[in-house]
Amino acid sequence: MKAAVVVFPGSNREGDVIRALHQATGHAPQKIWHADHELPQGTDLVVLPGGFSYGDYLRCGAIAGRAAIMDAVRAHAAKGGLVLGICNGFQILVESGLLPGVLMRNAGLKFICKMQHLKVGRTDTAFTSAYTDGQVIKVAIAHGEGNYIADEETLKRLEGENRVAFRYCDAQGKLGGDANPNGSLNDIAGIYSDRLNVLGMMPHPENLIEHLVGGIDGRGLFDSLAKARAA
Amino acid sequence: MKARVTVTLKNGVLDPQGKAIEGALKSLGVEGVDGVRQGKVFDIVLNGTDKARAEAALKTACEKLLANTVIENYRIEFVG
Repeated sequence: MKAAVVVFPGSNREGDVIRALHQATGHAPQKIWHADHELPQGTDLVVLPGGFSYGDYLRCGAIAGRAAIMDAVRAHAAKGGLVLGICNGFQILVESGLLPGVLMRNAGLKFICKMQHLKVGRTDTAFTSAYTDGQVIKVAIAHGEGNYIADEETLKRLEGENRVAFRYCDAQGKLGGDANPNGSLNDIAGIYSDRLNVLGMMPHPENLIEHLVGGIDGRGLFDSLAKARAA
Repeated sequence: MKARVTVTLKNGVLDPQGKAIEGALKSLGVEGVDGVRQGKVFDIVLNGTDKARAEAALKTACEKLLANTVIENYRIEFVG
């Protein structure tokens, strides 16, 4: 598994995700600057890390979504290569058209930074094979714009094609109500592309990989990727 | 040449900021407010004098960056 982590001006979680990938795969991913035009040869996985690219100016992820490197990321995804966008990375994926829908301001208008339970969807993808179906995991969320919105048709398609990767839930795995922190439709915390090779998610699994800092429920995602090979 | 681009949320798209502003106006005692939708305004200075060309460029700017056409509409006006 050869991974590349794209760094935009204002990214700040690249170190965390590099550490998580290094721990899971045994190899340090390469950092790629947003103004580059090419990914390193043989890249299996591209990661768009969390942060506040371009200070969230205009719309979160809007300017980064049009960065030079994104053409290469689009081409990588079109070939079936793996792409993971976390938090601001998810916002960049929807702004760049790699995933459908949009991430609006949290329903409660507040920036939310807390631990959050998620229910894992399907486990037959490159991102989730180390989890079990319907497993409840505890990870961190830290965002002001994580309210996933899509039109009815898109939502129906995502559900029909089983492309919801993670949903917000409580500790018992119950969806909806207070367990949904930001108002996302259908409690959506993460979604896949139609070929399941692109995953965007608001929560931060890369921050839950050590017992020392609250748990290791995030490791499953990186262990899954370590096992995976790009299609 | 100067242009003003106004970007607004499409009808039906939930606008929590607009709702909060509406609530604040009501609590300030401003009467007769039935709804608030928040948008963005871009004042853009263009070189050249060809209006059709400028309009085409602005349309590209809106489609490519200024608006997220999944949730937003845009309007282009030439001013002064």
